[in-house]
Amino acid sequence: MTRYLIERIGQAVIVLWAAFTVTFILLHVLPGDAILIKFQNPDLGLGPQQIAEIRASYGVDRPLWLQYGHAIGSFLSGDFGYSIQAGVPVSESIRANLPPTLWLTGLGSLLAAVIAMIIAFAASLSPFAWLRALVRSAPALFVSIPTFWLGIALIQIFSFRLRLLPVIGAEGWRGLILPVTTLAIPISAPLAQILVRAIDDVATRPFVAVARAKGATHAWVLWRHVFRNALPPALTVAGVLFGELLGGALITETVFGLNGIGRLTQDAVNNQDAAVLQAVAVLSAVGFVVVNLGVDLLHPLLDPRLARKERVLS
Amino acid sequence: MTVADPIETRRDLSPDRPAWLRLPRFARIPTSLALAWLIIAIAAAWSLAPDLFTAYSGTAGLALQHRLPPGGVHWLGTDELGRDVLARIIFGSVHTLSGAFVAVGVGLVAGTLLGLIAGSAGRLADDIIMRMVDVLLAVPALLLSLSIIILLGFGTINAAIAVGVSSVASFARLARSEVARVRTADYVEAAFGSGGSVLAVLWRHVLPNALTPVMALAALQFGSAILSISTLGFLGYGAQPPMPEWGLMIAEGRRYIATAWWMSIFPGVAVVIVVLATNRISLSLRGRPD
Repeated sequence: MTRYLIERIGQAVIVLWAAFTVTFILLHVLPGDAILIKFQNPDLGLGPQQIAEIRASYGVDRPLWLQYGHAIGSFLSGDFGYSIQAGVPVSESIRANLPPTLWLTGLGSLLAAVIAMIIAFAASLSPFAWLRALVRSAPALFVSIPTFWLGIALIQIFSFRLRLLPVIGAEGWRGLILPVTTLAIPISAPLAQILVRAIDDVATRPFVAVARAKGATHAWVLWRHVFRNALPPALTVAGVLFGELLGGALITETVFGLNGIGRLTQDAVNNQDAAVLQAVAVLSAVGFVVVNLGVDLLHPLLDPRLARKERVLS
Repeated sequence: MTVADPIETRRDLSPDRPAWLRLPRFARIPTSLALAWLIIAIAAAWSLAPDLFTAYSGTAGLALQHRLPPGGVHWLGTDELGRDVLARIIFGSVHTLSGAFVAVGVGLVAGTLLGLIAGSAGRLADDIIMRMVDVLLAVPALLLSLSIIILLGFGTINAAIAVGVSSVASFARLARSEVARVRTADYVEAAFGSGGSVLAVLWRHVLPNALTPVMALAALQFGSAILSISTLGFLGYGAQPPMPEWGLMIAEGRRYIATAWWMSIFPGVAVVIVVLATNRISLSLRGRPD
């Protein structure tokens, strides 16, 4: 187990280093120039001499490999450089923008899991065949809906037609209902598909028939025996969905006017602010790697057979 | 959509139906699949000859007809410049479909090539390529597309290329596993044994046999490419106004959401329908109903 853990962490570190390097190269061969975008405005009255000085103060006049070495060193110590557009350290603006995004993604993934479970259970428990078929086709519809349009449609329905929720800019939990729903629906679809398939698969196994024969109700067997066996494949997909979740959060923040990492990223793209974009990309890669590592480590806990196999092997 | 499938097949298989009442073979494809092909055919026709389907222009507005609700003259209403929304959806289909073609083309060609090399050129190449793929998978697709877009600049084709690059990793992974599966087959060894050069065997035997699942993935990616491209259009990084791209139309309609819902809702419906259709088709290519 320990060896496996060390190996996996080593792999994760290599992936992170490579992600850093790739985004660094990608963003530093940019034809655009964040410093020019901000300071070439004639109203500021800066000459070429002064712009060159600014350039030197940001350290972007040094050779690329020196910048690379410096950047990797400061990244490791938690210093992500300066945002040229905002004029503040990148770590500061990330810290300021992180809470809304964490709330959104946290609640969004929770709701997505709940929706997926409801679909999976309804797909095998509904009393009517047509209802089961209808529920089964829901995930196919959910994956085909663009997130940004879903948000707009929900605003249209719940804010303008039914007047249940305030439009963009609401404070507190009421302001989070629509964004969280918008984010959760497309994410829930692949989860639901996996759960439905796994439940269908497990439901034909002999131990299910035995449990039924002992007099357990359909719902109980589903919860106690089938669902538990369907969980590991769903967990694997959940790890892969992390990237989708972040992308969805970015779009949802734009639609609902939330000031999170998504807004930060969009501003960075518009102003070609490479330092911000690199920090966001590397941090999300860290998130992806950590989540997937966690998923892999959770597997033996959910499925004792895996743990036993590992013990035998080591 | 899949509601019709099981019922349909059961009816065809029922033995007590006289032969002359049984449907001919070609008519036995499920209704939902036929509908999906019909939708794609309509979208293709729209993008090839938009003028045949609408009398209005996709870019020029009509005077004094701003933000009219859906009705007899303008079926889906008009926008803030007096442009017919249906006409804009019809003229916009070419941007959406061609963008998705470019994106899938980039991902398919680059990904399959990488997977082929990784699966056949030895341990070192395999390790290097697959670690690169891991890195590409670790950065969220949208962030990767955004990084590539600021490298290439805004625009329809650039957005399509960016979406394509972010799908290279999944193609490479699948192609590699397929190549690894096919490589050990008897007929490949026989082809090597009978004196085939490495490239010839790869081209003639390994690639065609590894390609079927890859093509099913391509069909699936077509739908998600449409979604990604319209997302980039919505964020303002893809098509630029006054182009009638669907994502951009939704972004423009968003400003009038309180007074003219049809401007943003209908282009979105177009996206959903086309993506649903491509997903249904990719399901049939995979060869097993879900």
